Amino acid sequence: MKKLIIALAASAALMGGFSTGAQAQEKKKVCFIYVGSKTDGGWTQAHDLGRQQLDKALGTKVETPFLENVPEGPDAERAIERMARSGCALVFTTSFGFMDATVKVAAKFPDVKFEHATGFKAAPNLATYNSRFYEGRYIQGQIAAKMSKKGVAGYIASFPIPEVVMGINAFELGAKSINPNFKLKVVWANTWFDPGKEADAAKALIDQGVDILTQHTDTTAPMQVASERGILAFGQASDMIAAGPKTQLTAIVDTWGAYYIKRTQALLDGTWKSEQIWDGLKDGILTMAPYTNMPDDVKAMAEETEAKIKSGELHPFTGPINKQDGSAWLKAGEKAQDGVLLGMNFYIEGVDDKLPQ
Amino acid sequence: MFEAILLTVITASTPLVLAALGELVTERSGVLNLGVEGMMIMGAVCAFVAAQLTGSPYAGILAGILGGGIFSLLFGFLTLTLVANQVATGLALTILGLGLSGQIGEAFVGQPGIKLQPIVFPLLSDIPFFGRVLFSQDLIFYLSVALVIGIHWFLFKSRTGLKLRAIGDSHSSAHALGINVIRTRYLAVMFGGACAGLAGAQLSLVYTPQWVENMSAGRGWIALALVVFASWRPWRILAGGYLFGAVGIGQLHAQILAQNLGIVIPSQFLSALPYAATIVVLIIISHNRRTTLINTPASLGKPFVPDR
Repeated sequence: MKKLIIALAASAALMGGFSTGAQAQEKKKVCFIYVGSKTDGGWTQAHDLGRQQLDKALGTKVETPFLENVPEGPDAERAIERMARSGCALVFTTSFGFMDATVKVAAKFPDVKFEHATGFKAAPNLATYNSRFYEGRYIQGQIAAKMSKKGVAGYIASFPIPEVVMGINAFELGAKSINPNFKLKVVWANTWFDPGKEADAAKALIDQGVDILTQHTDTTAPMQVASERGILAFGQASDMIAAGPKTQLTAIVDTWGAYYIKRTQALLDGTWKSEQIWDGLKDGILTMAPYTNMPDDVKAMAEETEAKIKSGELHPFTGPINKQDGSAWLKAGEKAQDGVLLGMNFYIEGVDDKLPQ
Repeated sequence: MFEAILLTVITASTPLVLAALGELVTERSGVLNLGVEGMMIMGAVCAFVAAQLTGSPYAGILAGILGGGIFSLLFGFLTLTLVANQVATGLALTILGLGLSGQIGEAFVGQPGIKLQPIVFPLLSDIPFFGRVLFSQDLIFYLSVALVIGIHWFLFKSRTGLKLRAIGDSHSSAHALGINVIRTRYLAVMFGGACAGLAGAQLSLVYTPQWVENMSAGRGWIALALVVFASWRPWRILAGGYLFGAVGIGQLHAQILAQNLGIVIPSQFLSALPYAATIVVLIIISHNRRTTLINTPASLGKPFVPDR
């Protein structure tokens, strides 16, 4: 309810913005829908940084209005439709939960182009885009195995969706490539955003004996707890070094800017077409924050792995890999299909958690 | 490890207890303020900003109390002076608070905060087992316990408290007796706001010393539920708040223990446990309709217009 009203107020403000901006007719509108606030310090902030880069690069040719705090659900459809109706040429909807709403609105506005982040439903005027976060998580796993004295890491997870399960598996694979007995404890916070709960999960993991933390939730609270308790941790979505100058080993940083510029340029050139894009480290859609608080040899190893992933020499999901129950999944040398990864609903061997079904 | 868990439970429960205590006093005077979440988040942002600017978390605590208290005046003016609908105004207060706090705190997102340090009582904290847990805590925890005792005394032992409860049960009768209904309610609303603000200060100075938008994440609503859960009695708020906090922390540990033992317990089930526990206890304590009715302020949420 509260979000609905915020969204309505924001859209009213935007409508006002549109009517004044109508004089500059040559400028195309590239619009953004955010699930959170643009200063959330994580996911949405990373998208908004991308939008600002787009503005800087192509600001003479495009305008970039946005709507923030749009809740997933029926309100999302209204918000996206309002954007489409207001003359946007290209609309980026930046949360998994906007998927069905984007599909519906895209069908109603065949002349408007849409791009939906992290989803899997496409249409002639609806592209999807995603980032291979798991590449970064594999590197984190390797670092964790080198840096952990106890050989146990804690993983604060949000919801059991393929994206998160894939990340957990990639982390464990990286760790096992260094220490075959490495253990991973997973705690499901069942939220993307609740600093208190995320901190509680971090404390629980530390109290139960892990000495390295990683998270797939949005705030810096776990990093802060790790810092207080004097253990090491990885950042998520944004560089979280400010929350743990002596704690953060590295972070997966979402850098959407290059992608937004590329797609907007395609729109201006008339070469935009619906694709299902899944870019990784090599495309610059995600980058690793500086490797800090680790000895030089670990840093060198991380950099080498990063280079190998970029060059395509190393694919984190390369066999032999067994599923959690010990049954074979990938044969030696076999690489996982993208489709399987995007729908991942099983753990690999070595993860202690039982996947909530 | 048990001690560490208890410490975590205290941190998680304190904001719930504080906000619920404030709302309890407000509701005992017959005013239903659904804006706890909004006042809490205003307290959180005011506390954080003040602590960052002055470098002192104690200035932050003060700012949190003032922030919540002053913000609640808006609710008081609308519902008590202008006699607006309390439910609608309370909801509006929450929405306004969430938006306004985002504006105020925008420049402070991502700044590492200043943590409020514990005050250690030298001898008491050496008592084995619970000494460190109870006597090396921060000021806000001590305040929360003092408030439970103080509010209990105030409501049930003091003359002013009796008047306040009388207003909550029948504002017309209280008015006829010459008690100033509106003034008392203003004070009760502000007290509720100040407590919610203090709870917010706990969030941004102790629980997670940082500022992010929406960081209260629904705790104000849980506090509101706690008041009903506690059937408007301070000691039950303390018990209810800690039960809720303990089950919430316990389920996280249960997840890890289940992994160590190789047992499958769906995490969604564990996450729902605090809420399920609340419902069960609510059923148990409310099975006696008579006592529930006795404790419920009879004119809760009803507008009062003094006849001239």
